[in-house]
Amino acid sequence: MARAVVTLPAQAKRGEIVEIKTLAQHTMETGFRRTQTGELIPRDIIRRFTCTYNGTEVFRVDLHPAIAANPLLVFTTVATETGMLSFQWVGDNGYTVTEIAPIRVE
Amino acid sequence: MTTRRQFLLATGGVGLSVGTSGIQAQMAPNEAALRRAAYQEALRKVVGDAQVRRGRVKLTLPPLIDNGNSVPLSVAVESPMTAADHVKAIHVFTEKNPLPDVVSVTLGPRAGRAGISTRVRLADSQTVLAVAQMSDGSFWSDSAEVVVTLSACLEEGLI
Repeated sequence: MARAVVTLPAQAKRGEIVEIKTLAQHTMETGFRRTQTGELIPRDIIRRFTCTYNGTEVFRVDLHPAIAANPLLVFTTVATETGMLSFQWVGDNGYTVTEIAPIRVE
Repeated sequence: MTTRRQFLLATGGVGLSVGTSGIQAQMAPNEAALRRAAYQEALRKVVGDAQVRRGRVKLTLPPLIDNGNSVPLSVAVESPMTAADHVKAIHVFTEKNPLPDVVSVTLGPRAGRAGISTRVRLADSQTVLAVAQMSDGSFWSDSAEVVVTLSACLEEGLI
């Protein structure tokens, strides 16, 4: 089960900087660990996170195996207009999760 | 026969030498050299021949880490974040992890503030470097020294 949680204020003043917290459920297997029988566990990580605000990309993160399991990303964006924020995580083995959160701007 | 005095002098000397040599590397010397080369290469890929100046960037990491598997890391860059003057990218590198890259952030004026907080894995006591690329093409950096007691990203022979 691929799940993700996004926290951001439901409403904001125009031009206000809002903080967004995202947490994706993922083991972020590094590809450097071995099982007890010595076989290498293949890499399985989230490669990229993108945040789009009403269709415009505002924030993008490239993740590497050095990111801890269940990647937490905290960042900010400017509340420009009422609309939808879309968050997408893309990773190895076809992992794709998309979350959508509305924001009301006064 | 070793007398008590000789024994204490010998062991005391060992204890002293360990105590004064600072952070102990936990891996073979050739491995350390290879990783340092990979780190330099990763940094060069991002920065090119441009000069990296210290300042404007603030990298926050706990100085002493019990568990390298999940270390809170945050980077904040001083910038007005306007269309004319903003931060284009933030990169974080480590010297001794199996792979030098940690995270690469692409952002612009729409981010409002230039910064990111996340949790990372650290394989060893080492220096972590954060580099920010400004819209005018300049690079700024900050580094942090960390001591890791239980390392992450364990490789063969270390599990």
